[in-house]
Amino acid sequence: MQLALNKLHFEREDRALFTDLCANFSAGDIVQITGENGAGKTSLLRVIAGLCTQYQGEVLWHAGPDQAPVDHQHYDFRAALLYLGHAPGVNVSLSARENLRWFFSLCGYQKEQAGDTSLVSVVSDQAIVEALAQTGMRGYEDVACRYLSAGQQRRVALAKLFCSAAPLWILDEPFTAIDKAGVAALEARFQAQREAGGIILLTSHQNLQIEGLRTIDLSEYQGRERT
Amino acid sequence: MILLPGMAQTLKACFRRELLIGFRNRGDIANPLIFFLCMLVFIPLGISPDSQVLAPLAPGMIWVIALLATLLSLDRLFMTDYEDGSLEQMLLSGQPLYLTTLAKIWVHWMMTGLPLTLLSPLLARLMFLPSEAFAALVLSLLLGTAVLSFIGAIGAALTVALKRGGLLLSLIVMPLYVPALILGSGIVQNAVEGFDNQAYVALLAAYLLLCTMLAPLAAAAALRVSLDT
Repeated sequence: MQLALNKLHFEREDRALFTDLCANFSAGDIVQITGENGAGKTSLLRVIAGLCTQYQGEVLWHAGPDQAPVDHQHYDFRAALLYLGHAPGVNVSLSARENLRWFFSLCGYQKEQAGDTSLVSVVSDQAIVEALAQTGMRGYEDVACRYLSAGQQRRVALAKLFCSAAPLWILDEPFTAIDKAGVAALEARFQAQREAGGIILLTSHQNLQIEGLRTIDLSEYQGRERT
Repeated sequence: MILLPGMAQTLKACFRRELLIGFRNRGDIANPLIFFLCMLVFIPLGISPDSQVLAPLAPGMIWVIALLATLLSLDRLFMTDYEDGSLEQMLLSGQPLYLTTLAKIWVHWMMTGLPLTLLSPLLARLMFLPSEAFAALVLSLLLGTAVLSFIGAIGAALTVALKRGGLLLSLIVMPLYVPALILGSGIVQNAVEGFDNQAYVALLAAYLLLCTMLAPLAAAAALRVSLDT
């Protein structure tokens, strides 16, 4: 499993935010993208996720040794991806449980049950409740998200990490509005994902306590300002 | 290789989500209805309460008001999902954006067009529309308001990223609303005058089918563009 960035170049308002960015991520990588405010961290994540198409270069996803690399607009990439952006993706009219149930009926994966050819959704209601408990949201499963604080809404979004099967995580500032205990729990989750052979790309201004953390400093890829 | 849930399951889940959100914000249903009601109260006051004056105006007037009422409700269609990041999740989910858009439009129609249609005979009474045209009015609005929701979704998707997209939205969808308006009010007019209606109804139904197929595609493409910043 490999994600390759090939000569990525991205401009905004006539200013190159990053240029000639090449990187390879493989199973077990946790990568923190650093850079000052406005350096283009979010833009880079959006480019990789495939939300932003105004760039030059290539983003290739290689799911396995026996599969051809595919572009990041391809189904295989989308199915493997879990993206958490700045906005939590949580509808405030719905409860945490309803939000996650909807999310996993789009992105949850299926597998064939032993001896049965019909596909079964793996992310059950039980799994959602457990994931919410792991982010410290036990007892808030059925409260409409509008009555939750910003940090709690964020936790609802982060609960996706605890029951998702996606191998590639792209997380934009996952620690925003999260308290210390929450950060520690997330770091432990990242560690587990890394051991399970996932790839995590994230931006954060925190000093993360994660073994073998790779960093990509965007200031090294800054382009010259156009005159 | 990861397999995502099937399309039927996705469509069902999206439909259920939109219905739940609609139900939780059921106060929003009242907005276009109150507008509809206000206009129909003001028109007799403004023009003339005389049934001889109002009756010929009724078919066109009711239709224009229904159109404006729908237009009012459109700018919120994708706004919440755009602001809270749900739209990004829909786009990146690997599921066709067509399905999520289709579910949103259906529910939008159920929250605006359907109540308008159900309320229309009562309001037609206020406008002195002859009672033999009531069935035609309900039928034309039933088909026509769905067309309005589908086409409106294209405009809403194009303008979702703009701060004040309301005006632009109206400009984009107005020309596309013209056939629906002509056919819809034509159906009612024909019924008043006692002519055969089949051709107009068939044309409006065909327009609805065309919009059902193509409008979610166009809206989905527009949403991709709106998110591409």
